[in-house]
Amino acid sequence: MASVADLGRPPSHSFIDRLTNWIADWGQVFIEGITALGKFGLFVWRTLAWTIQLPKSETIFPNFYSIGVSSLPVVALTGTFIGMVLAVQSYAQFAQMGLETRLGAVINMTLVRELGPVLAATMLAGRVGSAMAAELGTMRVTEQIDALASMGANPIRYLVVPRFLACLFMIPALTAMADFMGVAGGHFYSVWVLGIDIHHYWSNSAAFVTTFDLFQGLIKSVFFGSAISMVACYQGFNCDAGAEGVGRAATASFVYSFVVILILDLFLGILLESINQSIETAGTGLM
Amino acid sequence: MTNERPEGRDILVKVDNVSMQFGANLVLRDVSLEIPVGQTLVLLGESGCGKTVLLKTIIGLIRPTRGHVMFNGIDLTTLSEKEISVLRLRFGFVFQNAALFDSLTVGQNVAFPLRQHRKMGADEMRELVLENLAAVGLPDDVIFKKPAELSGGMRKRVGLARALILNPELVLYDEPTTGLDPIMADVINELILRTSRRGMVTSIVVTHDMATARKVADRIVMLFPLSRLEPNEPQIIFDGSPDQLDTVRDRRVRQFVKGEAGQRMMEMRATAGQLINKTE
Repeated sequence: MASVADLGRPPSHSFIDRLTNWIADWGQVFIEGITALGKFGLFVWRTLAWTIQLPKSETIFPNFYSIGVSSLPVVALTGTFIGMVLAVQSYAQFAQMGLETRLGAVINMTLVRELGPVLAATMLAGRVGSAMAAELGTMRVTEQIDALASMGANPIRYLVVPRFLACLFMIPALTAMADFMGVAGGHFYSVWVLGIDIHHYWSNSAAFVTTFDLFQGLIKSVFFGSAISMVACYQGFNCDAGAEGVGRAATASFVYSFVVILILDLFLGILLESINQSIETAGTGLM
Repeated sequence: MTNERPEGRDILVKVDNVSMQFGANLVLRDVSLEIPVGQTLVLLGESGCGKTVLLKTIIGLIRPTRGHVMFNGIDLTTLSEKEISVLRLRFGFVFQNAALFDSLTVGQNVAFPLRQHRKMGADEMRELVLENLAAVGLPDDVIFKKPAELSGGMRKRVGLARALILNPELVLYDEPTTGLDPIMADVINELILRTSRRGMVTSIVVTHDMATARKVADRIVMLFPLSRLEPNEPQIIFDGSPDQLDTVRDRRVRQFVKGEAGQRMMEMRATAGQLINKTE
C-alpha cells in the first residue's frame, strides 16, 4: 500500500522507475540541506549586520540576566561535580603508577581546556538555547514576529541581536565559573578525600597548565556561545505551525547546537593548538 | 454608510499580477487589484485560498514570487527591509489572534509603536495609550494586565488600538471577527466602520464572515483556492459591491454567500474516491 506522500506520483513498478525515484528522493534531501544551510548563512549575516547598530539597552539587559546570571547556579553545580568525578575516575590509574600527585595537572588541564567550556556550552544550549527556540517559535506561530515587523521594528534587531550579544558576552563568564568550580571540586576531592599532598598537587598543576590553556578554553567558549544563539534563534524563526512545531524547534535547537559545539571544539582545538605551537617555536627561536 | 465605489479617487494600493509560491505550493496566481483612497475592501474566500497571504504581501511582510505591489506609487517589491520598515508606519495591521506580545503588558503593547517611532514623554505617551484604549471601549485599568489575562474580544480590541495608535492611512484586518460571539463580532464591525470614517482611512478586511462583509464593505473581492481552478481561470471570482453579491450568477460565489456545502461535499467525495483507488 502506498503512503499518502506517494499519491502525487504515478505508481512505479519497474526497476528503472524505482531507481529514478530513489535518486530524486536523495536529490531532494540534498537540495533541502543546501537550501537550509544557505538560509542559515543569510540569517547569521543579517544578525551580524544588525549587531553593528547596537540594539536598545531595554532589550539587551533582560537577556543578559536570563542567559548569564540565571545560568550561574546550574553551571557552578555541574562544574563542581565534573571536577570531583575527574578526580574519582583518574585516581585509580594514576595511583597504580605512583603518580597521584600529577592528578592536579590532569584535572585542571582537562577542565580549563576542554570540559569547562564544553560543559558551560552544553548547559547553555540545554537551558537557554531550547528556551529561546521555544519562545521565538511561539512568537512566530502566534504571528508576534510578523506583528513586530508590521510596526516597523526589525525582528532580527529586536529579538535576535540582544540574545546573540548576551550569549557572546555571558558564556566566557559562565565558562570561567565552570572552570573555577571544577578546579575547586577537583581540589576538594583529591586533597580532602583522597589525601593527596596539597603542595605537590598544585606545584604539578602550575608546571603543566599555562595561561594559554586557560585562554584557549575561553576563546572556544565565545564561538560556542555565538553558535548556540544563532542555531536557537534560527530554529525559532523557522518554526513550523502548532505546538508540535514549537516542540520540534526546541529539540532541534539543542541537538544541532550540541553537534555544532563538538565539531567546533575539534577544529578550534586543532587551530589553537597549532597557534600555540608556532608561538612556542617562535619563543624558543628567539632565545 | 456609503456603498458606492469611490470613483476617480487616487489609487492607494495597486496589486499588479502578483503570484506567490511556497515550495511547490502555488497560493496566488496573477492577482491584480486597485484600491482607491478611503475605500473599505473586503477580501472573501474559503480557508486556504490565499487571502491572508495577499494581505501580508500588501504590507511587504511576504515578498511575492512574481508581480508588484505599489503603495502610493512606491513599488514595495524593490525596497530594502529598512525602507519598508519606514513605510510600514503608514500601515496598521490587526492580526487574526491579535498577536499581542506576551511578555509586555497591555499598556506596553499599545505603546510599542510609539516607543519605536515617536519621541515623547512618559505622561504624554500614557495619555495617548489610554485615549486609544478608550476609543475601542476598554477601561484604564486594563493597561497593567498581561495579554493572557484578557478575553478573546478584549485582545482583538487591544490589537486594534495598537494598530491605530500611529494614525495609519491603511488598516488591514486579518479575520477580525473569527472566534468571537455575535455581539462582540458586531462591536468589532462597528469599530472597523468608525475607523474607516476617521479621516481618509483605507481598509482591507480579510474575512469569511458574511455579516462582517455586508456591514463594513464598500467593495467585495472574492478569491478562490487555486487547487480547484483550471490553469487559465482567474483567481478573483467576484469583484463588486455588497448588493451585487445577491444577484451574481456564479455558482461558487452564491454557495459561499449562502454557506452551502452541497457542491463542495461532492467534490470532496470524488477526491476521496480517487485516493482510495490509487492506494489499492
